[in-house]
Amino acid sequence: MRKNKMLTVFAVLVFMFLILPLVIITVTAFGEGSAITFPIESFSFRWFINVFKLKSFRVSFLTSLEIALLATVAALIAGIPAAYALARSGMKGKGILKSIFLSPTIVPGIVIGFVLYQFLVLTLRVPVFAGLLAGHFMVTLPYVIRVVGSSLDQFDFSVEEAAWSLGCTKTGAFFRVVLPNITSGISAAFMLAFINSFNNIPVSMFLSGPGVSTFPATLMNYIEYNYDPTVSAVSVLLMAITVLIMVIVDRTLGIAALAK
Amino acid sequence: MKKSSAFIMVVPGLVILAVCLFLPLLRVLIPSFHTGDYPFSAYVEFFRDEYYLKIFMRTVKVAFITTAVCMAAGVPTAYFISRCRKKWRGILLSVSIFPLMTNSVIRSFAWINILGSNGIINRFLLAAGFLEKPAKLLYTDFSIIIGSVYLFLPLMIVTVAGVMENIDNDMMEAALSLGADRFKAFMKVIFPMSLPGIIVGGILVFTGTLTAYTTPQLLGGNKHMVLATFIYQRAMSVGDWNGAAVISLIMIVSTLVVIKGLNALSARLDRRGGSHA
Repeated sequence: MRKNKMLTVFAVLVFMFLILPLVIITVTAFGEGSAITFPIESFSFRWFINVFKLKSFRVSFLTSLEIALLATVAALIAGIPAAYALARSGMKGKGILKSIFLSPTIVPGIVIGFVLYQFLVLTLRVPVFAGLLAGHFMVTLPYVIRVVGSSLDQFDFSVEEAAWSLGCTKTGAFFRVVLPNITSGISAAFMLAFINSFNNIPVSMFLSGPGVSTFPATLMNYIEYNYDPTVSAVSVLLMAITVLIMVIVDRTLGIAALAK
Repeated sequence: MKKSSAFIMVVPGLVILAVCLFLPLLRVLIPSFHTGDYPFSAYVEFFRDEYYLKIFMRTVKVAFITTAVCMAAGVPTAYFISRCRKKWRGILLSVSIFPLMTNSVIRSFAWINILGSNGIINRFLLAAGFLEKPAKLLYTDFSIIIGSVYLFLPLMIVTVAGVMENIDNDMMEAALSLGADRFKAFMKVIFPMSLPGIIVGGILVFTGTLTAYTTPQLLGGNKHMVLATFIYQRAMSVGDWNGAAVISLIMIVSTLVVIKGLNALSARLDRRGGSHA
């Protein structure tokens, strides 16, 4: 199809706007001096080495991995059966029930963090880590309900009924017929939930304590007190991980899985 | 499916939601209705206080401008992507998704480097002799808006491109063969058909900006607060838990109003009358 030149120029400008800031970060990460300069005067890896030297970065990176993994797995365990019940049963008030499961998306993250800190941590004296986990469960659950729900909507349930009529129990048919057929939906939900939990800040802002701080929150604190290329180097490392994840997702699920 | 087994399947999720979201929300927000001299006085006071009102208005203004810019820049770009050949479509979609997967701290940090007093723009303008001293670009409403556009434009592009991809290209060809020029054909055919998707994108961008914390914190600083950064400051720096609760409820209600309002609009515009949230 013939393309409009103006539209092409416009789109190129928009993509430059999206990409250039990230390119600038990447370049400054390899600078030598302790001030962030662009373009850089001399090339070095010293800021990358500095990233690995900082203990707070290492500790909080592991905390974030742990939280994101636990929250996502918990959301899958609670969310998959719920999504199945919502797709499959003729329950009354299904629409309302679905809204309830998606309601964490309506409550701003900073509010979730605030009320969990107030109620769970200060009133009920629950450990901060558990509060943080609860908050991240709220971040991840809607992704599971939405993505698994939409792959269940596309699943032909007559296959499941065929399994029943051939003598399979309902539980057996769920695990042997339904689950294998929605694995790509589950993987997509896992990836999305995991990435969004790992990147989340507002929910985590209130829920940190001694030794408990997520990686983005640590990074944010670092920026408020320091201004050197260490953050650029961290950014490059995180972007490299993101590229890796996107390549893996593209090879296995197709990149459209992340556009949900 | 039996009622009892459906019940068993939804109950674990509902219990966690109740304990970890609804109960804390009620326990923290309800007392805010009873503080002060009369019911809801804390809320009336909020909107009477010039300083608070200014923060509220700034938040709404930033969200509104961000949404408008994201629509103006995102809709044509999404259209461009949807009309590309398959290979290019995949590449451009990946380029749009990449920022979405990148941490918002990094994306805000990029703009600190660009807009700061020692940043790229200022150093360029100083070196070129356009400025005597660095212009204040960072820690303004402008920097919050540009950071928010940077944060949410990919979301708008991806959402709208997804809808436009499903519009049959023959529609456009038919309009062209009937004598419409490209712009007119787009405005009369593609635009109305993708309006539900544009509205969904608008809801995501508007509510996202309304409640964003990281970007306004890093690019707005303490002098240019929005509701989200104000909650944190009220609760953690000032210890005003009730004030933080008041702002929390105002944020939730504003989000709901925007979602319901735009959904109603979308249902009216869409002749099939479906809902698109």
